[in-house]
Amino acid sequence: MAGFRFDLRDTPAGAPALRATLRAFLAEAGRDWPPIVPAYSWMGFDRAFSREVGKRGWIGMTWPATYGGGERTAMERYVVLEEMLAVGAPVGAHWIGDRQSGPLILRLGTEEQRREFLPRIVSGELAFAIGLSEPDSGSDLASLRTRAEKVPGGWRINGRKVWTTNAHRCDFMIALLRTGPAQDPKARHQGLSQFLVDCRLSGISIRPILDLVGEEGFNEITFDDVFVPDAMLVGTEGNGWEQATAELAFERAGPERYLSSLPLLTAALDDLRAEPAAPETVGRLLARAGTLRQMSLAVAGMLQDGKTPAREAALVKDAGNDYEQALPETLRALIDPARTPPQVREMLGLMTMVARSYSLRGGTREILRGIIARQLGLR
Amino acid sequence: MSEIRDILVEQVERLLTDQSNPTLLRAAETGTWPATLWAEIEALGLPLAMVPEEQGGAGLGWGDAAAVWHVLGRHGAPVPLAESMAAAGILATAGIAPPAGLLGLVVPREMGLPWGRQVENLVGILDGNVVLHPATAHKHGLQPISRLPYDGRVPGHRAAAAALPPALGPDGALLAGALIHAALIAGALEAVLDMTLDYANTRKQFGRAIGGFQAVQQLLARCAGEVAATGVAVANAGRAADRRGLAGAEFEIASAKVVAGEAAGIAADITHQVHAAIGFTDEHPLHLFTRRMWAWRDSCGAERLWARRIGDAALARGGDRLWADLTSRDEETAA
Repeated sequence: MAGFRFDLRDTPAGAPALRATLRAFLAEAGRDWPPIVPAYSWMGFDRAFSREVGKRGWIGMTWPATYGGGERTAMERYVVLEEMLAVGAPVGAHWIGDRQSGPLILRLGTEEQRREFLPRIVSGELAFAIGLSEPDSGSDLASLRTRAEKVPGGWRINGRKVWTTNAHRCDFMIALLRTGPAQDPKARHQGLSQFLVDCRLSGISIRPILDLVGEEGFNEITFDDVFVPDAMLVGTEGNGWEQATAELAFERAGPERYLSSLPLLTAALDDLRAEPAAPETVGRLLARAGTLRQMSLAVAGMLQDGKTPAREAALVKDAGNDYEQALPETLRALIDPARTPPQVREMLGLMTMVARSYSLRGGTREILRGIIARQLGLR
Repeated sequence: MSEIRDILVEQVERLLTDQSNPTLLRAAETGTWPATLWAEIEALGLPLAMVPEEQGGAGLGWGDAAAVWHVLGRHGAPVPLAESMAAAGILATAGIAPPAGLLGLVVPREMGLPWGRQVENLVGILDGNVVLHPATAHKHGLQPISRLPYDGRVPGHRAAAAALPPALGPDGALLAGALIHAALIAGALEAVLDMTLDYANTRKQFGRAIGGFQAVQQLLARCAGEVAATGVAVANAGRAADRRGLAGAEFEIASAKVVAGEAAGIAADITHQVHAAIGFTDEHPLHLFTRRMWAWRDSCGAERLWARRIGDAALARGGDRLWADLTSRDEETAA
């Protein structure tokens, strides 16, 4: 079909053993997780958990040993990710560093940056946030206005970022900032650069924003004459747009784009046995889950081969978000509160609320479908 | 994914591009058998493609065959080649030499056979055996949505029988039929999407192509997601059947049929909506594909049947096994 390619990929030969180790670890670690943990899944932030994950070599798995990486394959890493997500582990303290910031530093960072940051991401010590959205720049990201101005020895940042997940708990963020001349409407994508910004620098104030669940998930960050040294520029000055969009294939392709609500199905299943409509509904959900998993694996395989399947990733994210968002609502139709354990009822309620974010974060449904439509040749 | 598969896929693509068209598809709906096309298909040896090479076939597995059926569906499946191929493959697996001529695959509970009137022999699975019967008396029928011949046939004396290979299993004919119809839908979905993209890029309203409107783009992007999902589900089902036999691939085949059936409904809604009134006319070819998809999603088990099978199995196994089962199937085989 018009420019989309999905070739089936197998998980690696050692997958069953790797899964067994992960499952034993997660069963132990997750013994006392309250429903809010799986409900928040990879937005959940738990430094102690991330350090344990780091100790076991499950962060930076594909990176070179020089920087503490495990030199494993991308498909092995995929197995680890899906095992974490299947139980809704609170991976947020290392998720962004492992998925995006670390690979960016590895690909485009200086040798100094690699040595400084990568080993500490691998150990689960260093938590990263993504500084993209701004109060007036959401889906239209290229309109962003937060500026980094050249000053002797570094850059001075002024402006605001918003919706930055967990920034108030993170150590660093990778911020996309305007370094070029004042915005020319014809060249909005030029003059942007990426910086490593220490979240504790003087001049930065981070204000947590309560989400509709009542959690402090995301933030508004104000930069008031914040100085960052030259050494914190990532990649090439002015090249930030290309650099940031190249990350999107990684950001959008992962199993976190369809598995966010699966723990609810697992938790609710046994109590659905008496419900006559359950077999058909559960069957449809599993048929889709298995298919999305194969689509996601196909994209992971392309990434492992060094390709940049940005369009396929957009398509899988869109389809996956629809799925994970509909799942709580679909199960709600089956669940009889009187026959359902309180833990499951609570998880259903939480996921009903959290699921709103699935089709917003990492590119809204409408933006993704616009990308897909362009690939289909619609203008 | 074999070399022979690429050759056959290309052959079928070329042949159908050349010979299948709306006129032929319309003629089929008034009972005109595409004899010339079928003769060429037989001359290429396609009906025996799933028979092992040493028995005169091409040795295609289920995954390869599904790729051929996908092409067939993209051209509206003007002939019941898929059923005949699968029936010959099933016979050969059981050690019975397939006879020449169109074979009918007998699927329990189906009301008729596609183009049953043309079928020379019937292949089915009964009481632990693969059986072959000549087809005798027939009763003309019509699939109400596709309006294609869908005839009842009476099996004659038992011409051959052999013990059912465990890889096929007692549901082998139903599973094969489900895989066939999922693959045909996967192909037809591509056809309707392509047709609709062309239309959206040429039809102008308010001074511009309607494909330029975000409302239309959003619909077609969703449609593309369904098309892609069905293609992957079918390929996955074919691969599973090659690895574990039809019986061992029930989850994947069931999933493919569920996804294909759901996708057929969604894609038909969207492509008709974008085509608007012209797509509702007899004159426009869109319905030649959407009506076939609607018919195919009901053949060999609709979504309801297959979803229940998946759901019953999962509920019996319980929540603790759900994720492990989803991930283990291919890994155990590969290990």
